[in-house]
Amino acid sequence: MEISATNSTNSHLHQPSVQPLIRVRGLGNRFGTHVVHQNLDLDMYPGEILAVVGGSGTGKSVLLRSIVGLLRPCAGSITVFGEDMQQLSGVERSKLERRFGMLFQGGALFSSLNLQENVALPLIEHAGLSRPEAEHLGRLKLALAGLSPEAALKYPAELSGGMVKRAALARALALDPEILFLDEPTAGLDPIGAAAFDQLVLTLRDALGISVFLVTHDLDTLYSISDRVAVLSQRKVLVAASLDEVAATEDAWIQEYFHGPRGRAAQVATTAKKDR
Amino acid sequence: MAIQPGSVKREEHRLILSGAWVLQHYQQLRAQIALLKRQLPAGDAAPSSTSWTDGYTLELQGITGMDTAGASLVLDFLGLQWLEDDPTVVAELPQERVRLLKTVAATMATPLEPPTSQTSQLRWFLAGIGKRLESLWRQQWQLFGFIGLVLTTLVSTFARPRSWRITSMVAHIQQTGPNAVPIVALLTFLVGAVVGFLGATVLRDFGATIYTVNLVVFSFLREFGVLLAAILLAGRTASAFTAQLGSMKANEEIDAIRALGLDPIEVLVLPRVMAMLVTLPILTFVGMLSGIAGGALVCVTSLDISLFQFVSIVGRDISLTHFVVGMVKAPVFAFVVGVIGCLEGFKVSGSAQSVGEHTTSSVVQSIFMVILLNAIAALFFMQMGW
Repeated sequence: MEISATNSTNSHLHQPSVQPLIRVRGLGNRFGTHVVHQNLDLDMYPGEILAVVGGSGTGKSVLLRSIVGLLRPCAGSITVFGEDMQQLSGVERSKLERRFGMLFQGGALFSSLNLQENVALPLIEHAGLSRPEAEHLGRLKLALAGLSPEAALKYPAELSGGMVKRAALARALALDPEILFLDEPTAGLDPIGAAAFDQLVLTLRDALGISVFLVTHDLDTLYSISDRVAVLSQRKVLVAASLDEVAATEDAWIQEYFHGPRGRAAQVATTAKKDR
Repeated sequence: MAIQPGSVKREEHRLILSGAWVLQHYQQLRAQIALLKRQLPAGDAAPSSTSWTDGYTLELQGITGMDTAGASLVLDFLGLQWLEDDPTVVAELPQERVRLLKTVAATMATPLEPPTSQTSQLRWFLAGIGKRLESLWRQQWQLFGFIGLVLTTLVSTFARPRSWRITSMVAHIQQTGPNAVPIVALLTFLVGAVVGFLGATVLRDFGATIYTVNLVVFSFLREFGVLLAAILLAGRTASAFTAQLGSMKANEEIDAIRALGLDPIEVLVLPRVMAMLVTLPILTFVGMLSGIAGGALVCVTSLDISLFQFVSIVGRDISLTHFVVGMVKAPVFAFVVGVIGCLEGFKVSGSAQSVGEHTTSSVVQSIFMVILLNAIAALFFMQMGW
C-alpha cells in the first residue's frame, strides 16, 4: 500500500542527526494577560508531514502564524532554514517567506480575482513571469490540486468549500515552496472530499519533496498522512513523536483524544485500509 | 541548492538538458526552448506530432534541480510520450524526479486551457448595453419594492411598541447625527458665505445689495440647508449602511437573522431608517442656521449691513412658510437615502469587489435621488405658490 511505503521512505528523516528545517525554542505568545504559549519547543525535519493537534484554544493557529511571521512572538526564537527569523531584515525575511506556502483555514482566496489569477498573482509578482505564462502555470497548479480547467475562470464566490480548499492549495503551491503550511485543511469538507484532499497532500509531498506543517483536528488526516504528531497542551508542546508513541503517552487529553470513540474509529479505518 | 541555471542544447542527435529547471529560470528556459524549436529542421518541428523527439537521444542526467514549473517546461518541450516510451532515459533519472514528472504529466494529459466561447465584438457590445439597461430597470424596480416592504414593516411594527428597537436606533442616531454636525455646519457656513458674495456682486449693479439678506435666507431655508445636509448624509451614512449590511450579508449574518425567525428589515433596516428620520431634520436645521450665519458674516463684513439690520429684515420679509417648505423635505430625503443605503447592502454578494461596487452605487443613487426629488419638490411648491 502506498501509505506504508511512503512512511518507510521518510523514516530516515527523523533521526536526530538531520538538521531540523524549523526550530522553535522557548516560544512565548500572549494576548493581554492571556498566555497562549510559554517556553514552547518544536522541531520539524525536512520532508516530513508534521501534524500539530490540540484542543480548541491551545494556540495551534497562533503557533503556525508565529512561524510564518504573521505574528511577532513575545519571547523565544524561531529558526527556519537555519536562519533566525527575528534577526533578519525585512527584505531577507520576505525572501525567506517566499519559500513558504500557506493555506489559510478559510481559503483566503482573493474574491475579486478568478482562480487562475489568484494562483498567477504570486508568479507575476515574485517570479517575474508575464501574465500569459503565469496563468498557464496557474492552470497547471490548479490541475495538480485536482481542479478542472473550467474552474480556472470561476470566482471564489462560485465555488464549493472543497474547491476553495483545492484552489487555496494551488495558490500555496504557486511558487513551489519548500515548506507547506496547512491550517485545518480538511475542516468543513465531507469525509470523501477530506480523504481525497489528504491523498492529494501526500501525493504532492512525494512528488515535490516538500515538507508539510499541518494544523488539524481531523483524526483521519492524522492517521492517514502524518509522519509525526506534536500535541499542544498546557501552553507548550507536550509531546512530538510518531503517532504510536504519542498515542501511548500518559496524559488525560491525549488519551481522551486518541482513545475516545472517534479516535478508535479512525485508527480502525486506517489499519483496515493498510491491510487491504 | 541548484545554482547552475538550467539549459538545453542540441548536439547532432542528442538533446542535452542540464542545470536547474526551476521557476527562477523559467523565462530563460522558455526562450532557449523557443530558439531551439525554431532551429529544428522543419519536418521535425511540427509540434502536433507527439513523438518529434524520435530521432534524438534524450540526456536528462545533467538536471540538478526541478520543480513543477520546470517539469511543465520539460513536458511541454518533449511531450508526454517519452516518459512511457523511453525507459532507458527514465531509468537514469532519480526516483523523486520521475515521480514529479509523472505527477505533472498526469495533470497535463488533459488539456489545461479552459473552453472559451467565441462572440463577435458587436454582439458583445450590444449585449453589454442590454445588460446595463436591464440592470438599471431592475434596480429601480427593486428600490420601489423595497420601499414598499420597509413601509409595510414600519406600519406593522408601529402597532407593537415592544418590537421597537430603541437601543439600536439611538446608537445609529449617535453615529449619524452628532458626529456629522461639525462637517455639516462648516460646509453650509462656507456655501452661505459664497451665496452672500454672489448676491452682493450681482445685486450691486441694481443698487439692491440689501436684498442679499433675502437671497441668503430664502435659499437656505427653502433649498440649500436640506439639500446640503442630505447630500452629506448620502455620502457619509448611506455608504456606511451599505458597507455594514454588505459585510453582514457576505458573512451570512443576514441569513442567520432570517433563520432565527427574525425579520432583517425590522432588525436592521428600520432602526437605521428611523435614525435617519430623526437625524436629517436636525442636521437640516443646523445647516440652515450656519448657512445663514455665513451669509450674515459676509453682509456684516463687506456690505455694511449691521447684524441688527440683518435680523430685522429676516423678521420682516421672510415668512415661516419657507422654513416649513425646507423642513418638510428632510424626512423624505432621509427615508430615501436610508432605504437606498440598506438595499444596496442587501444586494452585496460575497466578494470584496461587490462591497465596493454597491457602496459606490448607493452613494451615487442616493445623491441622484435627493437632487431629483428636490427638483420635483421645487416645481411643486412653486406651482402651489408656497
